Amino acid sequence: MTTKRVTLLVLAILVIISPFFFPSNFYYRIGSLIFVNGLSVIGLVILIVYAGQISLGHAGFAGIGGYACALLPAHLGLHPGLAAIVGAVLSGGIAWLVGRPILRLRGHYLAIATLGFGILVSMVLANEAWLTKGPDGIEVPDLGLRDVLELVGIDLSNSQFWYWFSGLVMVLGAWVALNLYDSPTGRALRALHGSEIAARTVGIDVTRLKLQAFVISAVYASLAGSLLALQNKFITPDVAGFMHSIEMVTMAVLGGAASVLGAFFGAAILTTLPQVLTIFQEYEQILLGLVMMLVMIFMRDGLLPSILRAIRGKDK
Amino acid sequence: MAELMQFLLSGLTVGAVYALVALGFTIIYNASDVVNFAQGEFVMLGGMITVFANMAGLPIPLAALIAIAVTAAAGVALNKLAIEPARGAPVVSLIIITIGASIFIRGVAQLVFDKQLHRFPAFTGDTPIQVMGATILPQALWVLFGALVVFAGLWAFFTKTLTGKAVLATSNNRLAAQLVGINVNWVMTLSFALSAAIGALAGVLVTPITNTSYDVGIALALKGFAAAMLGGMGNPVGALVGGLLLGLIEALTAGYISSVYKDAAAFVVILLVLFFMPRGIFGKSSTDRV
Repeated sequence: MTTKRVTLLVLAILVIISPFFFPSNFYYRIGSLIFVNGLSVIGLVILIVYAGQISLGHAGFAGIGGYACALLPAHLGLHPGLAAIVGAVLSGGIAWLVGRPILRLRGHYLAIATLGFGILVSMVLANEAWLTKGPDGIEVPDLGLRDVLELVGIDLSNSQFWYWFSGLVMVLGAWVALNLYDSPTGRALRALHGSEIAARTVGIDVTRLKLQAFVISAVYASLAGSLLALQNKFITPDVAGFMHSIEMVTMAVLGGAASVLGAFFGAAILTTLPQVLTIFQEYEQILLGLVMMLVMIFMRDGLLPSILRAIRGKDK
Repeated sequence: MAELMQFLLSGLTVGAVYALVALGFTIIYNASDVVNFAQGEFVMLGGMITVFANMAGLPIPLAALIAIAVTAAAGVALNKLAIEPARGAPVVSLIIITIGASIFIRGVAQLVFDKQLHRFPAFTGDTPIQVMGATILPQALWVLFGALVVFAGLWAFFTKTLTGKAVLATSNNRLAAQLVGINVNWVMTLSFALSAAIGALAGVLVTPITNTSYDVGIALALKGFAAAMLGGMGNPVGALVGGLLLGLIEALTAGYISSVYKDAAAFVVILLVLFFMPRGIFGKSSTDRV
C-alpha cells in the first residue's frame, strides 16, 4: 500500500475506534478539538513542509473563518454552513492579496511579515467592537445539521456530533493534502523546498507556487476556525492571536512535520497536553515550555518519526 | 507644537527600550543565527528581580546589579542548555525552542515571584522636566541615556577590542573564525550573556515608568523583533534606528490617529518597508551561492 493509503487508513481508524475507549462524553469534545487543530495543521504542512515557507500569522485566517460564521449569519442572514464557505473563500482571497508581496521575503523576514499580518487581524477583531462586539467575543449560531440528522433517526449528543463531523472534515482535508503531495504541483512544491533557485532553473514558476501553497493553507486554517466557532457556538479574538499561530506551527513541527500523520500526532499531543497539565496547575507553563524545548532539541524530526525509529530499533 | 514635542519625547523613550531589546536580538542573531524570542523575558527578569531584591531590603543600585548578573546567567544557561545542543536545527525548530524557553521563563517567574504589577521608585524623583512646552520624566532621560551608553559601549567593544573583533569574525564566518583560533563557543556564551544583560538593563531602566509583571516579556519580544527587522537583522545601527523609529511611529499614531491601533501602525509600517526593502532599512542585499 502507498503511504497515502496507509495515512488515510490510520486516520480513519483512529477516528472510528477512539470512542470505544472514551470513559465520558467529555472525551468527544477533546477529540473534536484535536481534529479541528489537525485540520489547520495539515494546511500548515502544505506551506511549511511541501513549500518550505514559514508563517507565524496563520491564526489570522482561523480568525477570519471563525468570525465569518458569527457575522455573516447575524448581518446578512446567511446560513452558518454557507458562511463557513464564504469565510474560506474570503481567507483564500486575502491570502492571495497579502501573499503576493509577503512571499517575496525569506526566512525571518517572512516570519515577521506573517506575524504582523496575524496581529493586524486579531487587532481589528478586538477593536472594531461595533462589528465584532470586541474582545469579549461574539455568539455563533447553530449549524443545524444535528437536527437534520435527528429527523432521519440519528440521535447524537452535541459533542458526539462535532466529534464525527470534525473527524470527517479532517480526514477529507488529509485526503486532499495527500493527493496534492503526489500531483505535479506537489512535486514542484517539494522541488521548491529543496532549492528555490534549482526549481526556478528547471522552469518552475516559483512565485505562483508559493502563493498557491499559502492560499491553500489559509483555506485550511479558515475552515478549522469556522469549525471551532460553530462547535463552541462562541468565538473571541484570541483565535486569531499570536499565541494561536505559534501553537499551530508548534503542532506541525512537534509531531514531525515531514508527514500529514505526524502533523495530526502533533495536534493530538498539544491539544491534550494542556488538559493533562491542568493537574499541575501553576507548573503548567513551565512544563509546556520544557516539552517544546526538549522535543525540538532531542527529537529534531519530531515525535512521530523518532518514536517509529525507536520501534524499528534503528539508530539515527 | 507642544503637543507634537510631547509625542516625540514619549516616542523616543519607548523607542529607546525597543532599541535595547532589538540590540539584544542582533547580538544573539549575529553570533548564532538564532532569533531569540525569549529576549523580552530578559527585560522582564531585569525588572522583576530588581523589584524583589529591593523588597528584600537591598538598595536599588545593588538590586539592579544583581538582577543584571542573574539575567546574564540565565542567558548563558539558555545558550548552553537549549541553543547549543540544537545547533544546525532548522529555523522553525529554533524559533519553537526559544518560544518554549520564553514560556518556561514566564512560568518560573510566575511561580517564584507573583502575578502582580510592580514598580520601584524612579532613580531621581518623579518631578517632570519642561522641554519646549512638553514634559519629560527624569526616568525617561535615564532610559535615553542608558540606551546611548549601551550603544556607544557596544560600538567601542566591537571596533576597539580584540574580543569584540572575535565576535564579529564569528558572526561573519563561524568556520573561518574557528580556523584562525577563535573559541566560537566562548563567543556564543559571551553574546548570550551580553544580550541578556542589555535586556535586563532595559528592564531596570523602564520599570519605574511602565511597571512590570511576569508577562510583559512577550509583547516586548515582538516589538524588539519587529524593530530589529525594520532596521535590518544583524545590524546594530539598524536595531537602534529601527527601535527609535518604531517608538516614534507608535507615539504619533496614538497621538494623532487612534490609540488602540498604535501597535497596528508599527506592523503596517514594517509590512510597507519590507515590501520595498525586503531586507530592512540597513540590510545589505545578498546573493546566494548555488
